[in-house]
This record gives sequence, structure tokens and C-alpha cells, in this order.
Amino acid sequence: MLRLALVDAGFEVIEAVDGVHGLEVLEQHGADVIITDINMPRMDGFGFIEAVRGSSPYRSTPILVLTTESTPEKKARARDAGATGWIVKPFHPTKLVEAIRRVAA
Amino acid sequence: MDPMESIKATFFQECEELLADLEAGLLAIQAGAGDEDTINAVFRAVHSVKGGAGAFGMDALVHFAHVFETLLDGVRAGRIAAAPDLLEILLRAADILADHVNAARDGGAVDEARSAEMIRDLEHATDPEHDHRAAPDLAAPDLAAAGAPGVDQPDEFGFTVTRFNPESLEPLVVTEALWKIWFRPKSALYRKGNESALLLRELARLGPTKVRLDQTELPDLASLDPESAFLAWEIELEADTDEAVIREVFEFVEGDCDIEIRRCSTSESPDATSESVITAIVEPPPSRATVNTESPASVKVETPKGEAVATPAHATIRVDPERIDRLIDLVGELVINQAMLAQRVIESGLPQSSNVATGLEDLESLTRQIQDSVMAIRAQPVKSVFQRMPRLVREVAAQTGKSVRLVTEGEATEVDKTVVERLGDPITHMIRNAIDHGLESPERRAAAGKPREGVVRLAALHRGGRIVIEVQDDGAGIDRKRVQAIAVEKGLIVADAQLTDEEVDNLIFLPGFSTANAISDISGRGVGMDVVRRSVQALGGRISITSRPGQGSTFTLSLPLTLAVLDGMVVDVAGHTLVVPLTAIVESLRPKPADVKRLGPQGAVLSVRDTYVPVVDVAAILGFRDYSKSPCDGVVILVESEDGGRAALTADSIYGQRQVVIKSLEANYRQVDGIAAATILGDGRVALIVDVDAVIAMRRRDTIRDYQQPLAAAG
Repeated sequence: MLRLALVDAGFEVIEAVDGVHGLEVLEQHGADVIITDINMPRMDGFGFIEAVRGSSPYRSTPILVLTTESTPEKKARARDAGATGWIVKPFHPTKLVEAIRRVAA
Repeated sequence: MDPMESIKATFFQECEELLADLEAGLLAIQAGAGDEDTINAVFRAVHSVKGGAGAFGMDALVHFAHVFETLLDGVRAGRIAAAPDLLEILLRAADILADHVNAARDGGAVDEARSAEMIRDLEHATDPEHDHRAAPDLAAPDLAAAGAPGVDQPDEFGFTVTRFNPESLEPLVVTEALWKIWFRPKSALYRKGNESALLLRELARLGPTKVRLDQTELPDLASLDPESAFLAWEIELEADTDEAVIREVFEFVEGDCDIEIRRCSTSESPDATSESVITAIVEPPPSRATVNTESPASVKVETPKGEAVATPAHATIRVDPERIDRLIDLVGELVINQAMLAQRVIESGLPQSSNVATGLEDLESLTRQIQDSVMAIRAQPVKSVFQRMPRLVREVAAQTGKSVRLVTEGEATEVDKTVVERLGDPITHMIRNAIDHGLESPERRAAAGKPREGVVRLAALHRGGRIVIEVQDDGAGIDRKRVQAIAVEKGLIVADAQLTDEEVDNLIFLPGFSTANAISDISGRGVGMDVVRRSVQALGGRISITSRPGQGSTFTLSLPLTLAVLDGMVVDVAGHTLVVPLTAIVESLRPKPADVKRLGPQGAVLSVRDTYVPVVDVAAILGFRDYSKSPCDGVVILVESEDGGRAALTADSIYGQRQVVIKSLEANYRQVDGIAAATILGDGRVALIVDVDAVIAMRRRDTIRDYQQPLAAAG
């Protein structure tokens, strides 16, 4: 769904199954924008964001967090971890592109 | 569905919300909340209904909304006073507007006579001169500024302003509003990967912008810290839009920047075009709406318990806290039950792809969402506790004859209600302590070259899934020699104990320790800090101190955000099932024998990517077995303690990651060193939750005991 919306908007999408895989993918391919879920096996979204922020080549790469619940607590935790912004699920394709535009050149 | 129909459906949905906002706003104004925001919100609601209705050609609705809006605009501009009589009319008009919306949606009819009468009432209230009826309770309207179209009116210079745009129903919309935005990013904004230029670009999408860079804060190149933020921008945006839309652009950076958004009249613009000069005459200059209510006493309404009375769009309901507590308990049971069910499914050998397994996954996701939502209900800002502190500071300062300024930060930080409630005592104690013991007298401060006024900083922030409260003073810091001397005198440590600075500082948390020579009536009878520490521990929290001689001390209190659930790694340690809180875990790994270096009979360190971290043999520390097992036989879990230090906890194997419901061990059994709480696992077994910091501290003590004379246990 997310992939479809992104491809549709003209983005190239590289997928990863969880946080650890995400770091590997990032290492191999790099990225202009990272979109991550919070609830993931092995390494959750918070851990993933902290890991990306800790590694120098991607420490300022925009990271958007997918949240189902727009609870302030989740957002606050994501922000503390270093997230750039968030996308609240269920998302609308235009909102998605808007959010990406807001964080990436 | 026909696309137009679906858009229409959305519009009617919006209308319902707008009408609810409208009514809530009017009621709030009636109750005395005549602030600008509320009045603007009321105006916007009607304006939005009108705008949407216009797009669908709902003429009757548009006409009624227009008359309604014209009156509200007068109220907004302060030309018409929001007197009780007027509010009655406005509330009735809101009802009729709702009738119109319903009629447009369901194809029914409105009571034409009633609507027409209301339109007359509204017009009369807008402009009593129009039909020469007396209206003593309404302020005389400013004729030159009256915005009703089609009415030629003399202005104060005696010539006539002609109609600006005869075709337009709404001269207000023709004019682009001018917004002034002041935006200063903090360094945290950039650290999170946000970029000011992109935000400015987004703003420019809303309308033409003029951007001015403010670089007054920019230091010399030599002293420039490339990681800091120095620039600020002043943006003028011409767009007929809501403040909310502009705020949305800055949604991601809220809190990481200073921002001020102000709407101002186009005439303020230095190079306004001739057109906008004309419109500025026709359009009433937006001024601060001053609302005179009949009873001045009700103008400022005391808000009960910090709840906002009437910000529209935020309807609140009051619920008995017991009901929420019950809900929390039930959700806790639900989580346990769901875990049990998951366990059963795994045991039954159903394939991962079976319907039951996928259904269970959905259930898990839903359970989590329910839980988060329930927790959010209970979340409260720490403000209520912080607000009590200024008074305390004044009192203690007066008693001690010290001059103190209190600085608070992070008042909006939210935590579970029960945590907020129980924060009061420890914070009170820490602040008293900071003033009484931490700060020096004004004379001594002056002698040390410091300002006479001491500063106590109270801050709250979220860090790693916990809330951290810091109480910092800029006093003399801990007199370590004296602390150690007192500890020796009281038999708390042996005379020749070799302690690090940190260990000395933490002696003040020992029971029965007091550094004040005379027992003051402020910080108690030396029961101070150990009582604080115990009450903090009872909340699953920790307290620590850092101190620098001459510069002051910082007490750091860290507490879980909620006392109900926890994400944890379930591990096996010497046949016991333990849970390690996920917030503390950095990673888990299987060490190679070459990476482990033994130190003494019990100690060991592990090399992790060229840094050495102490190995904490959990089984031995908790007394499950002796220090015989090598860390290489199992797995180690790399954890980070509260003070940022790392350690490698040993375990025999890892079961997996689970969300667990916290059950107090103290309430059901007794306090156990190194154990924070207990939980019930999916298979019904009780598992103990490891207190990571406590276990690390215990290991440190064991190691010290190894090498030195036995020290008294430090807690």
C-alpha cells in the first residue's frame, strides 16, 4: 500500500522487513528519506531511528515515522529518538507526499 | 459513488463538526471566554460552512450563513459587543444554520418564516441604523468600517467610500490576509533531519512570501559551533488561510523552534499595492476584539483544575478516574490473555500462515492500540506539580534567608496520572534540599564571585521511554570531604574506604545521613534523601546525583512513563525466567571466548567493538548460582544504565520480546534487591522483571568487596 503510493508519486522504494534489515539496506543502498514503522521485530522503530542518528553518514537523513495512533506519547518518543516527522495511518497519498516534501529537497 | 457526491458527503461531515464548534464557541463566549481565539473560531466555522455551501450552489444556506457571518465579523472586529442579548440571537441563529445544513443534505425544507425573521434579527444586530430600531445594548457600529456590501457610508472625512466590488458577496475573501511569521530553529530541529529551507518553501506554497533573514545571533567564524543554530527568519505571507494551516507546516518542528504567527492588516505592509489600500478601507481593520460582557466578574473565568474552558474543537468529557483505572486493569488482563492465547496457538503447532495466527496478529496490534489509547487518556502534563513549586521556593528562601530564582522547563511533558500525583513529594523534597543544603547564603555567594541570587532549575523531559526530572542548583556542590567524614563518623563506611567522587556523592542517599550541621526544620531530621529515594524506587524509578565543587549539584530522577506495562526481553537465567526492560537494552550478542577478559575471581569484562564493558553475571548476583559460569556459554545482553554507562548482562538463553503487565512484587511479596517488579507470562508463570541499574550497582559493590575491606552496603 505504502509502496504503491510512493511508486505512484515517482519515488524509488527500497524495502526492509525490520529495523536490523533496515540498517543493512541503508548501508548498502543509502536513502534520501527513510520511512519506518514503530512496531517491528528484532529492532523497533525507536531503536532503528537512534541507530541511524548515531551513524554519521545518515545522521541528518530525514526519517518519517508511521504511526497508527496519533497519540502524543508515541510522537514524543519518536521525536526524542530523532525522528524528523510522522505520517499517521491510515494515510492519504497526498498527505504522504506532502509529508515527504516537507522534510526532503 | 459519484465523486461529487462523495465530496459533498465529506462537506456535510465537516459541517457537523463546524456546527458543533460554533455552538461550543458561542456557549464559551456566553460563559465569559471572550478571547480572540474563541471569537475567531466561531467566525471561521460559519465562514467555512458558507464557503463549502457556495461551491455546491446551496443558495439558501449561503445567504443565511452570509448574514450570520457579517454580524460575527462585527463582533470579531470589536464593533459589536458580545452582550447577553446578542449571544441569545447568535445561538438561535446557529440552530437555524444547522436546520439549513440539514435541509441541504436531506433535501427537506427549512421553516422559511423563522429563517427570514432570524435574518432580519441578524441584520438589525449588525446595523441597527438600517431600520431605525433602538438597540441600547449594542455598541454603536463604526460606520466607516461596516463591512456589509452595498451600503454606501460616509466616513469620518466626510466623503463617501463607494462599494468596492459589487459582484462579490464577500469582500473579505477578496483580500489576501497578511501573516507575519517569526521563526527561529533550535539545533534540535536540524539534528532530527529537518531543514528550515524546506519549511520556507512549504510556506511559499500557501501564497506569496517575503523572507528576511535574521543573522544577528551569528557569531564570528572562529567561535562558530557548526552544530548549533543561529539563524532566524521573518516571513511575510500573503494568503487567505487559517492559522492552523500555517501551523501545520511547522508541525514536525514544534518544540524544536521558537515560532510566532501573527495575522495583520494588509495596510501594514510597507509596499501595499493600490488595490490593497482600497480594500483596507472597505475591510474593517482587524483589531483586538474587546468584548464587554454585562457582568465584569465573569470576564475572567477561573478554569477548574487547569482545564481549558472553551477552546472550541476540544470538547471534553469528565470521567470518574475509577472507571479509567478499571479500564487499565482490564486492558492489562487483556494483554496477558492475548499473550496466553498466542502461546497456546504456538503450542498447538498451527502453521504461521494459518487464519488463526494472522487473526491473532491483528488482535495483538489492536490490543496494543487500545492500550496506548487508554494510557493516553491518563497522560497529564507535569505542570500541575511544577505550579506548586514557586510558592515553596519563596517560603524556603524566606526561612533560610537566601535569595532564590526558580526556573522551570518542560512543564508540558506528559506522564501517567498516577506518576504525576506521586511526583509531588520527591520534587518538593529535592527543591527544599537544593535551597537549604545546595545554595550558599548571599554573602558567601558574593564572596565566591557569584550572583547573590541562586538559581534552582526544575526540568522535565522524556528520555528513552522514561520521564526524567532534574533539580539543579548553582550552589557550592557537595563537600565531599565532609560527606565522607560524616559517613565514617556514623559508621556507614570504614575510615580508609577508597571511594570515587560519584560514590561519595551517593552516600547522601544512605539512611540516616544528614550533612547539615544543625538539623533544620526545612529538610527534615536527616531522613531526607533516603526517603526520597525509597519513594522514587517504589514508583519503579531511580535517583542519582552529580555534583561539581563550586558549581552546584544536579539531582536526576527518572521514572517510567506508565506504571502498568513494559516492553521486555524474556530470558532464561539459571532456570529462572526473567524480563529485562527493552528500554535499557542496546543489543544482544553471543560472545567469543577471545572477547572475554577475566578480572579477579568474579569480575570479567567483554570487548564489544573495541570498548570494554563490565560483565554482570545476573545469575550470581541474584544468588541463583555462583560465579562459575563463563559468559560464552550463553548470551549477553548489552544494556545501558541510567547514567549512560554500559554493561553486559549474562543470560543462558533468550525466549523473545514480549509486552508484560507490571505487577508489584512489593505489594504481593516483599522488595527484592535487583528486581523491579514481577509479571505473569503467557503460559501463566510468574517472571521477575530485572532492575538493570540495581543489578549493575550490585555487581559494582560485589567487585569492590572483592578487592577491599567490606563496605557497608550502599543501599
